[in-house]
Amino acid sequence: MSIGLLIFVFVLSVFLGFELISKVPSQLHTPLMSGSNAISGITIVGALIAAGRSSDPLGIVLGILAVTFATINVVGGYLVTNRMLAMFRKKKGDKA
Amino acid sequence: MIRSPLLLDIGYIVASILFIAGIKMLSRPESARRGNMVSALGMLIAIIITLLSGGMSFEWILTGLVLGSLIGLIAAKIVKMTAMPEMVALFNGFGGIASLLVGWSEFHARPDLPVFTAVAVFFAVLIGGVAFSGSMIAWAKLSETMPGKPFLFRGQRVVNSLLLVTILAAGVMFIMEPAGAYSLPVFLSVVILSLILGIMGVIPIGGGDMPVVISLLNSYSGLAACAAGFIILNNVLIVSGALVGASGIILTNIMCKAMNRSLANVLFSGFGAATEAAAGSAAQGEANPVSVEDAYYILEAAGSVAVVPGYGMAVAQAQHAVRELGDILEKNGAEVKYVVHPVAGRMPGHMNVLLAEANVPYDQLAEMDDVNPVINTIDVCLVIGANDVVNPDARENENSPIYGMPIINVDYAKTVIVMKRSLNVGFAGIENPLFFKENTRMLFGDAKKSLQGLISEFKE
Repeated sequence: MSIGLLIFVFVLSVFLGFELISKVPSQLHTPLMSGSNAISGITIVGALIAAGRSSDPLGIVLGILAVTFATINVVGGYLVTNRMLAMFRKKKGDKA
Repeated sequence: MIRSPLLLDIGYIVASILFIAGIKMLSRPESARRGNMVSALGMLIAIIITLLSGGMSFEWILTGLVLGSLIGLIAAKIVKMTAMPEMVALFNGFGGIASLLVGWSEFHARPDLPVFTAVAVFFAVLIGGVAFSGSMIAWAKLSETMPGKPFLFRGQRVVNSLLLVTILAAGVMFIMEPAGAYSLPVFLSVVILSLILGIMGVIPIGGGDMPVVISLLNSYSGLAACAAGFIILNNVLIVSGALVGASGIILTNIMCKAMNRSLANVLFSGFGAATEAAAGSAAQGEANPVSVEDAYYILEAAGSVAVVPGYGMAVAQAQHAVRELGDILEKNGAEVKYVVHPVAGRMPGHMNVLLAEANVPYDQLAEMDDVNPVINTIDVCLVIGANDVVNPDARENENSPIYGMPIINVDYAKTVIVMKRSLNVGFAGIENPLFFKENTRMLFGDAKKSLQGLISEFKE
């Protein structure tokens, strides 16, 4: 894919992000932050490629560390967000 | 194995759509939980597509995946809701370091980096490094592993500016000659200096300003993922990294507005460092202390009660007692609302999560701007561990450091009961005239104990 096209995608995504998120009620700020934090773990795709192609010791160490940290970010981030959101209830007693 | 690049691209596009839909659903309480699951599904698809793209050896990948899943799973299960800000900081830092490592691995594996990739590697390392070490300092401050007070020294800004200039210079050297004779030491110095920059950037920021810092670091880890996307030329990283970058910047902006301060002021002013000095200044009159029993009589007679929680509620772990008292007051015939200031606590929306944990339904949570216009009709405002966000000086005293910050005007209510340990100053290190107003009653002591005292008075 051409570099220009990637930059184009980047710019559009930033605008999309501003549009999507500008109207979040303040009660959801923490889950939004922790949920979007989990999304930033998408760098795991790069980490998997890094770990999958390595054959020398330093490359392997870098790859494993990258995958491990990214996985903690992804797994921990989604689970903790889910745990928080499970607590948000509309009326007393019923589940969200 | 998927051999067709088109199929791979379609898979990544599906993942991107799920991220976008997920974030959109996160913005409404009714759909937020499903939104998070939709976005998690997107992540799963992105991971599977990558693993199926072929040409990979799986043994190291599996090691990392298993190890990371275990750590993430356990951490997410055992963390307490009051410790959520430091947990988010920690996860955020791990995302940042992962992007840094992706950049490093690319530099290590490809001696012939093209210029564009070298630029992307530089940004992944710089932003990822700052997000990592900055988040670690934020974690240490939030968990009180290190003191939350701003750490300031003479010439701090000069040192930090020099640091940034050095990194940029090293970056230019690296990009000009990614395969040159000195490229390894130059690259390593970018790594190390970026980590130092993250530390230096966060140490001058006080505990109460952490909502801004976490939001900003959140944005950085998204941008670092974006940079990693430019390294491996993958759209899904660019799209989702940009979404996170944008959301972090929006939250940062909301937090700054809620404190009526500029981002530059939050990042560089060392706000709150003056705590010790200002604490000694004279109080403006007599406070009216009340006993638990007197407070009970006031609340018993109230037809409407607004509860205003602050960081003190989190420290005292008092959210369950708050909800129990709220329920009792409702049974007693009072209308009960919880009014949360946008920057109350240590991360955006911190109080809302704690109240949700204690089973307060979200339609009982009110926003500051909805309550302020009608606050004079409220019989009792119950302030629990909040201080600066209810300080009338922000409205009235032009010389106050927090002048202009939007506050919850609790002093306009008929009666205010403030639960607090002592008359000590809050995070901003300034006196609060609210405590000395005629309609204010001070209920001194640990918030949780006071609440439990009130609850047992009602039960008798």
